[in-house]
Amino acid sequence: MQTLSLDYPAGTPAARRALAGVVGSGDLEVLLEPGESGRTTVAIATSVDGVDDIWKAVIDRIFSEDGLPALKVEINDFGATPAVVRLRIAQAMEQTNPEASHA
Amino acid sequence: MRDVAALLQRQSFVELPARARCQHLLDDAGQRELLGPFERLTSPWLPKQNIVTQSDDGVVIMRGTLGDTKVVVAAVEPAFQGGSMGEVGGAKIAGALTCALADVKAGDPVVPILLLETGGVRLQEANCGLAAIAEIHDMIVALREHGPVIGVITGPVGCFGGMSIAAGLCSALLVTREARLGLNGPQVIEQEAGVDEFDSRDRPMIWSLLGGEQRVATGLAEDLVDDDVAAIRDLLAERVTAAPKTLARTTDIARFEALLETVDPAEQATAETTRAMFDQTTGAA
Repeated sequence: MQTLSLDYPAGTPAARRALAGVVGSGDLEVLLEPGESGRTTVAIATSVDGVDDIWKAVIDRIFSEDGLPALKVEINDFGATPAVVRLRIAQAMEQTNPEASHA
Repeated sequence: MRDVAALLQRQSFVELPARARCQHLLDDAGQRELLGPFERLTSPWLPKQNIVTQSDDGVVIMRGTLGDTKVVVAAVEPAFQGGSMGEVGGAKIAGALTCALADVKAGDPVVPILLLETGGVRLQEANCGLAAIAEIHDMIVALREHGPVIGVITGPVGCFGGMSIAAGLCSALLVTREARLGLNGPQVIEQEAGVDEFDSRDRPMIWSLLGGEQRVATGLAEDLVDDDVAAIRDLLAERVTAAPKTLARTTDIARFEALLETVDPAEQATAETTRAMFDQTTGAA
């Protein structure tokens, strides 16, 4: 198991919290909570060691975008591929949107 | 021939994760999760062994209603650690059942529904998980004095180990054809008794002996249901209001002792011989 912490500038805190995915083979769990204003933090625990660079590239690409709300992100990963990581984060972010219906 | 359009439209229960299973079974209004993922009650033992935890320790507890009946649903997440029962997840189920018993005794009936997709105790947590499973057994026995306690096994994992005892203790058990129920899983039996006794790669043989269809045929489960969210929900809505059909299996010791007397371990068991044996000695339909 390996852990990683990443940090990004962000806007105002997200409207609500959200969860997507499970810690199953090739999948991951993403927990989103409103962050401290102006800052998004991402804490990752992954079962796969030695792929920090890939994680940083994938997460950078998502949270470097302008105008995103401030989030406290926790990721529990069980060997998900970058595509699945992006999908789960997008799924959770959609649920933090107050206009989205409760899934 | 089956109605193809209906087959295409129906939603699989087996493919749903634990939280979605609970959400689909309960009425939309008033459902709420107890000790949800944001409480972060995770396993204290897995990180010490370098294993990633899940924020709900692989168990979802939800209260709500099913029709006019108050229910509490406890679901094991099949994908997390093989649906294993750890200390925290086990305690969540035991705690939910303890609360249900307190409510029942206070005159506010609530029917427990257990969605059992589990290989049994989480080996990394050993005795802590086993203790939690024992508490669950204790609570099921106490609760079924007051009303139904319903077990559901749909697959894909099946229900094995200590939690298969929990399934056996339930006053009604619903299974699908994909479900399996057994004290030991196929690989454990093969490892202990040899490949001649039980070939863990012989899937048709495994399902013919441990599968849902066989378990209903031998009276170890009550209802065979399709892997269909609506069908499972409808059947559960009936079962939560119905008085148990038969005496709880586990109180009927004499019947099963008589059955054990007739077993010849030298003979290889098949689905047919097992059914015949149950028919003769226990009068199972």
